[in-house]
Amino acid sequence: MTLDDDIAARLRQAGVDSRLDAHPSSNGHAPDPRRVALDDLVASALARADADDLVDVAWVVEDTPIGPLTLAATPTGLVRVGFGPEDDVVPEIAAQVSPRVVRLPARLDEVRRQLGDYFSGRRRDFAVPLDRRLSSGYRLAVLEELSRVPYGQTVSYRDLAERTGNPKASRAVGTAMATNPIPIVVPCHRVLRTGGALGGYGGGLDTKVWLLRHEGALLG
Amino acid sequence: MTVPLPPFQTLLDEHAADVHRFLVASVGAHDGADCFQETVIAALRAYPGLAHGDNLRGWLFTIAHHKVVDHARRVRRHALPVAEPPESGATDPDASLDPELSAAVRALPPKQRTAVVQRYLLDRPYAEVAATIGCSEDAARQNVRVGLRSLRRHLHQEVAR
Repeated sequence: MTLDDDIAARLRQAGVDSRLDAHPSSNGHAPDPRRVALDDLVASALARADADDLVDVAWVVEDTPIGPLTLAATPTGLVRVGFGPEDDVVPEIAAQVSPRVVRLPARLDEVRRQLGDYFSGRRRDFAVPLDRRLSSGYRLAVLEELSRVPYGQTVSYRDLAERTGNPKASRAVGTAMATNPIPIVVPCHRVLRTGGALGGYGGGLDTKVWLLRHEGALLG
Repeated sequence: MTVPLPPFQTLLDEHAADVHRFLVASVGAHDGADCFQETVIAALRAYPGLAHGDNLRGWLFTIAHHKVVDHARRVRRHALPVAEPPESGATDPDASLDPELSAAVRALPPKQRTAVVQRYLLDRPYAEVAATIGCSEDAARQNVRVGLRSLRRHLHQEVAR
């Protein structure tokens, strides 16, 4: 073995030893301290980037009684609430809002607190700034009207069509509900078919029923 | 065919650990942490301006390499000692390299340093070394060869002393 080979081999070995997966923790649960240190380093880099206005969208996944929710906010406000983990929602946000999207929980702290209060029954209205850029035109008008429907009450698609000056636009209202980027906070679960049938829900009908029961709008 | 830009978080999830290892081996644990943060911030700043999402790893490492070049310039200008005082073992990802070799790597000119660290420590192909430095594959091989030779010479001096 030449000296160069020897040096190359030592460098290779150092590379193997410095891999984060090189030392799996003994009990399989405690995180590798170097992984923790790296996560901290990334977090402080992102905090600095945020202070320089370089984080267009911050997201976090929050566990709730209706399953994980992906919450995303721009500097303007809450822009997206997605049912399910980030894998489904975050790539969409990157395409629709900005690719500068990172996990930065601090920006979602207030939303998370209010959602926690909502799910535990201590809060009926959300008071967080919204960024409604993912809606436009008539859909935006319908969703803004929807935000006035109070906790525990329901309206029909036709009611919302009438309130927005388009009594025959029930179908368009349905589309607006189906494409609501900020469910729960903008309460599309409070919209039912005329006559009280449930209609649809992006998060699944079980979730819609859970939310309506939670708010006391459905019995049983 | 070009790839749309993925969420920036995907780059961090896939490459942050390697970029960090690369920088720690190149400039030491303490300055490596600084260079790492600067790399993330510079990358975020430039990210929306990218035309496509091809070879984002190479793009990220090029930024990291520039931080190594800047660091080398600062060290030269202020005549800072290249070798850092030894740091406590367990959480120091640099500890896998013995101090002499580690110091010798950090004393290499930036291109050779990046080439050697990428080729051996990160076990990457010459094509990626070339993409990172912004040179031909032949030049990348040359940088690795010359880098290795000066490491050998450096270590011999240490021994001879």
